Amino acid sequence: MRISPTKFISLLFLVLSIFYLYTAYNIQVFAFDENAPFNARTFPIYLGWAGIILSSLKIILPEKVTTEVNHKHLDYKSIIYLIIVSLIYAAVILKIGYFISTSLFLFASYYFLGERRWGLMFILSFPFVAAFMYLLHGLLNIYLRDPFLKYIGVMG
Amino acid sequence: MIEGILIGLSTALSLTNILMVMVGCFAGTIIGMLPGLGPMTAIALMIPITYGFDPSTGLILMAGVYYGAVFGGSTSSILLNAPGIPGTVATAFDGYPMAQQGKAGKALAIAAYSSFAGGTISAIFLLVAAPSLSKVSLAFRSPDYFALMILGLTAISAFSSKGQFLKAMMMVVLGLMLATVGQDSLSDITRFTFNNMNLTDGISFVLIVMATFAMSEALTIIFRGKDPNRAAKQISLTELGSIKVNKEETIKMAKTIPRSSILGFLIGVLPGAGATIASFLAYGMERNYVNEEEKQKFGKGSVHGLSAPETANNAACSGSFVPLLTLGIPGSGTTAVMLGALLGFGIQPGPRLYQTNPEIFWSVIMSMYIGMVVLLILNLPLIPYIARILAVPRNYLIPLILFFSVTGIYLMSFNNFDIFLMIGIAVVATFLRLYDFPMPPLILAFVLGGLMEETLRRSLLISDGSPNFLWDRPITLIILLITVTIVGWQIFSTFRKKN
Repeated sequence: MRISPTKFISLLFLVLSIFYLYTAYNIQVFAFDENAPFNARTFPIYLGWAGIILSSLKIILPEKVTTEVNHKHLDYKSIIYLIIVSLIYAAVILKIGYFISTSLFLFASYYFLGERRWGLMFILSFPFVAAFMYLLHGLLNIYLRDPFLKYIGVMG
Repeated sequence: MIEGILIGLSTALSLTNILMVMVGCFAGTIIGMLPGLGPMTAIALMIPITYGFDPSTGLILMAGVYYGAVFGGSTSSILLNAPGIPGTVATAFDGYPMAQQGKAGKALAIAAYSSFAGGTISAIFLLVAAPSLSKVSLAFRSPDYFALMILGLTAISAFSSKGQFLKAMMMVVLGLMLATVGQDSLSDITRFTFNNMNLTDGISFVLIVMATFAMSEALTIIFRGKDPNRAAKQISLTELGSIKVNKEETIKMAKTIPRSSILGFLIGVLPGAGATIASFLAYGMERNYVNEEEKQKFGKGSVHGLSAPETANNAACSGSFVPLLTLGIPGSGTTAVMLGALLGFGIQPGPRLYQTNPEIFWSVIMSMYIGMVVLLILNLPLIPYIARILAVPRNYLIPLILFFSVTGIYLMSFNNFDIFLMIGIAVVATFLRLYDFPMPPLILAFVLGGLMEETLRRSLLISDGSPNFLWDRPITLIILLITVTIVGWQIFSTFRKKN
């Protein structure tokens, strides 16, 4: 039996709702609040049941409008590269600072999306980020934490 | 009211705020013009910047971005037949054929004049309606607010679901679930944090908006990059033709604009409806109003057919501010984003905003009008130049959107957990979008989640745990009956399609 992607997503949502409901019933409330008409559990419990009912209906009822996605037309390679680059960016931003990590992220993203004009790629990464940082930090006075630039004395 | 208007004018006409309207309109036009990016993305990208300003200035910037993005969406509809936002889909019906006839400049000018006129008329309606509605809404109690929020969430699900109501309702529940993460507002008990300290304060609204709109929008564009039907068309934008509108066309616009403005404003006021529904209804209504000869021109470059949706979508934008400013309940996904930004400034919109922060209330209304003027004066002569932005290759566009999204989150928390969370949510949102799970209901639910729980808490405590509060007050009962009618209609239309 082939399950449609929409029904599969609904099934995942059903599992999420059951887990959410289970966690909601296990929220620790104060003893005096246990039998109150409303406590920290009440709203999540309603939501858990709503999620279970809606996702079950979606699974059970036949689909009137089917969403067809042609996987041959989806660019999995580029998106996986982009997500990996983003995850590395998130992992190193605190360690190597905003300026270097962001500039490298932009440069790598341009590259993985097929750009090969090195000069333009450079301008739209390092000088662009520097100008953006100047706009935020220098002109708008919005604090931008960058331990590296602080260490080398560029930022105060 | 006159005093309020003067307060609003003096705030909106300060040099900084005029500059913000101009910057907002310009930035909004550029972002709105890019296929796939709409006002919600444009406003979301502006949120981190607005935190450096005072609330009035921040809101004025966002209002400018909103109008600019709607106008920008029309530009890509007319020039590329690739609407930047759903609200400008109907614009392409006659705008694009007009552009193909070598009258792109004229089509853009008609769109600009119609947007301006629609925005102006609806700003006047807003000026009159908002204070009166504020007074009426003071009579609202917790059960009424709770019912109103249920109505808003049901309505946005009905209108944004493209016939897939259950999917939209699932997104509502998901949005509400995400809103419950973190400390309970009354008891301070932590919920769904799984002992992670980073989640104690809950998930940030900006993070959710950036992930589900800006970032997932960018990922979707890349994901569908190989799709021949969806790839953005790049055209030569050197010949736009004249932007002059002749007398005959002006007369046609003058007939269309008033009725489309009224319709657009009224649709905009309804929770969940917004610019998309307004523009389609106005297009349909206009087709029924015109004579047989004009009717034949619809879809082939009709002035009526272009002017009607453009007027209505801008009028609906102003209309959607009515429930936001008077009830504190956003009528659309875009105003939900603005509500989140207002809460970020420590301002709770609602009937009391009119009394407690009149400068914000009035300056937003007045800046909307100023935004319209700026759009007309600034954008119309710049159209040929602004249109060139459509030629920006996605290889540069997408990384820049991702960069703005990550920077927005980094600026708020200087914490990489939030960036990881944003990437995770964006990936999930990208797959959900692929299978037509709409995101606006999720955002609206996330924004309303805390308020909804609070009103339910009060209602249940007052009624001692009994569900009687749902039908004790006539207002609550009427609102819930409307909600039931919407749900019933959705079920009926589903079965009608089946048969």
